Amino acid sequence: MIRARGLGRSFGTKRVLRGLDLDVAERDVLVVTGPNGSGKSTLLALCAGLLAPTAGELEIEVERGRLGYLAHEPLVYRELTALENLELYGRLYRVPERRERIGMLLERFDLWEARHERVSTYSRGMQQRLALCRTLLHDPDLLLLDEPYAGLDEAGGVLLDGELAALAGERTLVVSTHEPERIARLATARLALA
Amino acid sequence: MNYFSDVGALARKDLRLELRSRDTFLSMVLFVVATLVVFSFSLPAQTEAEASYGLLWVALLFTAILGLTRAFAAEREQRVLDGLVLAPCDRSAIWLGKALAVVAFLALAELVALPAFALFFEPVTWELVAAVVLADLGLAAVGTLLAAMAAASRARELLLPLLLLPLAIPIVVGGVGASISDDPGRFLGFLALYDLIFAILSWASFEYVVTE
Repeated sequence: MIRARGLGRSFGTKRVLRGLDLDVAERDVLVVTGPNGSGKSTLLALCAGLLAPTAGELEIEVERGRLGYLAHEPLVYRELTALENLELYGRLYRVPERRERIGMLLERFDLWEARHERVSTYSRGMQQRLALCRTLLHDPDLLLLDEPYAGLDEAGGVLLDGELAALAGERTLVVSTHEPERIARLATARLALA
Repeated sequence: MNYFSDVGALARKDLRLELRSRDTFLSMVLFVVATLVVFSFSLPAQTEAEASYGLLWVALLFTAILGLTRAFAAEREQRVLDGLVLAPCDRSAIWLGKALAVVAFLALAELVALPAFALFFEPVTWELVAAVVLADLGLAAVGTLLAAMAAASRARELLLPLLLLPLAIPIVVGGVGASISDDPGRFLGFLALYDLIFAILSWASFEYVVTE
């Protein structure tokens, strides 16, 4: 599903990724680790198509609409409510039975009670849970999750553990994390960036 | 039909955001009215009508720039534009939805500006109104594209006027011409042609502006 050969990305004179070869098959769970600045987020942004490689080749065998991308930022409007944000994304992604799907995700991520509140009033953890709802809304085939546990409390982390366990084997996952032990049992491949 | 449904959803989102914050519309109205008031005191009493129409168009242009500078503010925060770009909809729908919202903000600001112009300077004619409507479409078309380009830059407040002002000169020429000429149809036709050309160019090139 993902094939990279000699993949590189520079920002100006700074090389963030260099000569990376990577193969991710369908239904694989790839765990990407590495210190800050090692290029984990850059790799995921490249896979999402948000950045173009400056060296090498990258092939992604999935349509844009079948890709779910969780970034550092939640990619939602702060002055809209959770419901309004998910409604907008649901329309743009042509999610069938949109209302039911949104309601189910908000319930599952414990945001139903706060669905009419603006995102600007949410805590960091609530924003991360909303970002996860947005990422999963269209039931993507390929999930690119950049630090999915960031900002989540213990309950949120356990909830995400369950979600990832349910998705593993059904969907292709690329997860960058500083907590690889949380998904170690799900991983089919590992990539350590230096 | 999906395309226009996406455009509608994106434009409604912008109007809803503005209804909540009122940042853009209020600053545009305050700016254009304040500018007209200052002009009314700074111009000599015997100033000819042609000059006051010219000043109106300068005020409208800078009001548009003010609005356009904020056009992608909500998307810039938390990189929402990345989220929109990843959606499977046609990316030009993002441009069209935003341009429609910009037209709405401009029209609302002009609903205040034109009566203020009539109060301080000259009567508002149908030629002026037609020119303003056509100018709004052209400014929104090209301005939204440039605002998206500038949004990615740190110097966006400087970059947008630098990019837009040269491209907006034909709009000012057409607008002033339609306001004072004995043959306004010629200038209105010019503005309509400008709108058509720049709307097509902006529509076709937006995708390349928001992706690498």
